[in-house]
Amino acid sequence: MTAPVIDRRTFLKTGFAGTLLLACVGHVAAASDDEEASMLTAISAALLVGMLSGQPAARTEALSSTVAGVRQAVAGLPPHLQSEIADLFSLLRFSLTRRFLAGVSAPWAEAREEDVAAFLESWRHSRFSLLQTAYGALHDLVLGAWYARPEHWAAIGYPGTPEVF
Amino acid sequence: MTDTQPGRQREAVSNPTRDPMRDGLAAGWKHIDASRLQADTMLEADVVIIGSGAGGGIAAELLSDAGLKVILVEEGPLMTTSDFRMRESEAYPQLYQESAARKTVDKAITILQGRCVGGSTTVNWTSSFRTPPTTLAYWQEALGLRQLSVESMAPWFAAMEDRLGVRPWPVEPNANNGLLAQGAEKVGVPTHVIPRNVRGCWNLGYCGMGCPIGAKQSMLVTSIPAALARGAVLISRLRADRLIFSPQQRIVGLKGLAMQADGVRPSRINVRIRARHFVLAGGAVGSPALLLRSKAPDPHGLLGQRTFLHPTLVSAGVFSQRVDGYAGAPQTIYSDHYLEQFAVDGPLGFKLETPPLHPVLYSTTLQGFGAQHADKMRDFPHAQVLIALVRDGFHPQSLGGRVRLRSDGSPALDYPLNEVFWEAARRALLAMAEIQFAAGAKRVTPVHEGTLGYSSWAEAKRGIADLPLKPLACRIVSAHVMGGCAMGATPERGVVDPRGRHFQIENLTVCDGSLFPTSIGANPQLSIYGLAARNISLLAAELQNRPALAIP
Repeated sequence: MTAPVIDRRTFLKTGFAGTLLLACVGHVAAASDDEEASMLTAISAALLVGMLSGQPAARTEALSSTVAGVRQAVAGLPPHLQSEIADLFSLLRFSLTRRFLAGVSAPWAEAREEDVAAFLESWRHSRFSLLQTAYGALHDLVLGAWYARPEHWAAIGYPGTPEVF
Repeated sequence: MTDTQPGRQREAVSNPTRDPMRDGLAAGWKHIDASRLQADTMLEADVVIIGSGAGGGIAAELLSDAGLKVILVEEGPLMTTSDFRMRESEAYPQLYQESAARKTVDKAITILQGRCVGGSTTVNWTSSFRTPPTTLAYWQEALGLRQLSVESMAPWFAAMEDRLGVRPWPVEPNANNGLLAQGAEKVGVPTHVIPRNVRGCWNLGYCGMGCPIGAKQSMLVTSIPAALARGAVLISRLRADRLIFSPQQRIVGLKGLAMQADGVRPSRINVRIRARHFVLAGGAVGSPALLLRSKAPDPHGLLGQRTFLHPTLVSAGVFSQRVDGYAGAPQTIYSDHYLEQFAVDGPLGFKLETPPLHPVLYSTTLQGFGAQHADKMRDFPHAQVLIALVRDGFHPQSLGGRVRLRSDGSPALDYPLNEVFWEAARRALLAMAEIQFAAGAKRVTPVHEGTLGYSSWAEAKRGIADLPLKPLACRIVSAHVMGGCAMGATPERGVVDPRGRHFQIENLTVCDGSLFPTSIGANPQLSIYGLAARNISLLAAELQNRPALAIP
């Protein structure tokens, strides 16, 4: 097993603590949806390097459909997984925990791609299984949302589903 | 795009749009979509069957055939042949448990399990093996389940094979499977053709998203329509929440929670069903969980214990030629060579098969991200993937997992991966890489966060020997959940007797993969069909006050 184990209870406590802190500093409303979208966009952009178009409008469009796909996927998960993902997203979008846990100092909208990639890489190989599983969730949600979309199939040579009738 | 589909041969096909469920419902078969109920509802039947997969489907057919009034309860939606569009984006959220993202508690194992009418039979890859003789012999000799011999089970398997069109795949395997056969032959490992439960299969390759032509002989197009035609009632989108007990520990009713249409949360509508007998077939996670929620008697602490998964390793090869792993019947070739190397309770053996390759399944399974991941994805049409299904539950230290309840009552599966498993995992990664290189792979990548892959067998051999094998770093998947309500020769050794009857609850029969006291060592659907046919035939005779069947 990996070294010191932070179990889900600890994760939840951290999540709740983060949320609570957020409430105390009075940024709940401001930090909500926009910041989460910026966070998911930045993380998706780092995960999808090599697939994203260099053309700005196409890139923006592709990222926004990916973020929408991630949110749709989360909405279809059972409640216990939705609350874990909500905890993870809260931790990531709140600036203190973003800096402390992810090591990303700039706000998500301004974060450099290399910094986001470095954070993902550090979680991927973290000795804390909690961070490894959080990386796994982001990996699966974002790549799943991307490759679910037919417009991204040509780039990998997938001809799409056969015409049956 | 048809030129990318190897062996797309049509066998004799009747009506390509056949959809027996849709036709039957139009003709008046009884189906209640609980998400549309407006008020609490009370129902009554002779037998309530909880779960509509391999066990529940067969039970519904046999009990309705016997003239009993049957209600079949399913938590997932009723989707039929005409709804299946071969899209991962639709299939996973609609047809699978937890959107195909069900995981063990430590998130080290991802579990594919159906949640829809037909259960996993609607979405499985059609492989249909009889319970291996080695497994039955172990159950007889080590576990005292003397009734379950190869000979005594043979007629039940034969009947189910006949019912569900099971026969070795007669068509040329697709390239993904063909390369397993070729590579294995080069290294002296025998392979065989997989028997599949299909009739008029077009060799499309999208079995995992629901068969779009109704060729797969899942419960959705066979036993469930047969039961409904005889008057059984199907209730979809109803979660079995609790069994209600009398003071004498008889079950008097089932309390079900209607789900909302999205399947995520219950609505506020309850459905209560009374019956003489209850058949539990909610799968090896759902069945023990329902009994735990219901505080069913469990005097020996066996409920939910010894849950097995065939924990599975994945190895991706890249070939210079196209493989098109998404096209053609997904599993047609297998090897049991590495299952037969050691004694059944010795070092863990593994079965080699192939999975279908689809963009979401492949991209999310593959390690890494960014440019490295994108490069691997660009090889998609050239990728060939092998899987090694590790046979758990026989070695004294292979104890499987345990189903318990979360605070919200939903099931959680703990499955610790220990040294006995990792030792087999390393052998499995080596065996797969060797076969893939022998078949001509340019590169082989074990699905593990610690490697980018290897360009020769020599390099792979050294690399895999040094890979740190541990949870989350090494990808482990499962499509077979077994155990948790195990059969035992005596109440001290099992939750149910060798006929699936609960030792403490007189009117409860367990009829799904949760019966198995070990893993099967093969894809389990036919094992479930055969055992269900046997046990439910016995039950039907009893419920009709006919003389007991004279079978072991």
